[in-house]
Amino acid sequence: MGCIENLKYEMLLPLGASFKECREYVEKNFAEVWYVDPGYKLFDEYIIGLPPIALGLDGGKIVFPYTKPCHGTYLLRIEDDDEAARVRRTARKKK
Amino acid sequence: MTEPPEIPGSVSGLVPGKVSGKALLLLGCPEAPAQQAIALYIAHQLRTHGSDLLITGNPSVLNLLRVSDPAKHYIGPMMVLEKCIEEIVEKRRTVDLCIVCAHNDAAIAYAATMRHLLPVSRLVVIIFGKDPGPLAAAIDFPCEKIVEKAVHNPMQLKAKVNEVFGWVASRT
Repeated sequence: MGCIENLKYEMLLPLGASFKECREYVEKNFAEVWYVDPGYKLFDEYIIGLPPIALGLDGGKIVFPYTKPCHGTYLLRIEDDDEAARVRRTARKKK
Repeated sequence: MTEPPEIPGSVSGLVPGKVSGKALLLLGCPEAPAQQAIALYIAHQLRTHGSDLLITGNPSVLNLLRVSDPAKHYIGPMMVLEKCIEEIVEKRRTVDLCIVCAHNDAAIAYAATMRHLLPVSRLVVIIFGKDPGPLAAAIDFPCEKIVEKAVHNPMQLKAKVNEVFGWVASRT
């Protein structure tokens, strides 16, 4: 992974999860769900995937898919109050 | 600078209203050997037909190409995937044609991203590997698909690529 590798993250789904599994997991397990499009910048990385990409928020914790060509999509959780606030300002909230 | 001449069957000839012939070849994980062969073949054909081609992928896949073609007879400019996506997101790069090689779910996610970021470009997704059917079925965004079971032997894949791009099939 790139810069995100240097952050303190938790992996919620095992390696090789599909992007659809990640979206379903977020929508099913988080009360606060926001949507972004591919190319949205999060933690200085461009998010990859099939739009709309679901992000789960829990206070300052952000749950998001992170895709690498050889590994598939990771579903990661990182705590960052400022980034969570930015997501709430710039993403689309699930209705 | 003059535009390359139009050649029947060339990429620029296939995209109405687009004559610049800027092409992007996005490679997935290099785990399946067929990708390496088809990438060199597509690069050769596109450049022969006058396209301005950029190849992108992770460092491993780009290094495989560099080592395979040290004199750069077939490959041209290359760029790591993250940098390429950054340039496209920031609208510093656009293409008329984007080809994505996909043999896993991650590559389909990259293809979907390209569809979103390059809404008017021609997008061709080459789905290959041991079991390309389910991957191809997962694509529900507009694109042209080339689907072929190919891991080691690229010949059938090459035939389908030739068919889609109108390239004359080589007998060798």
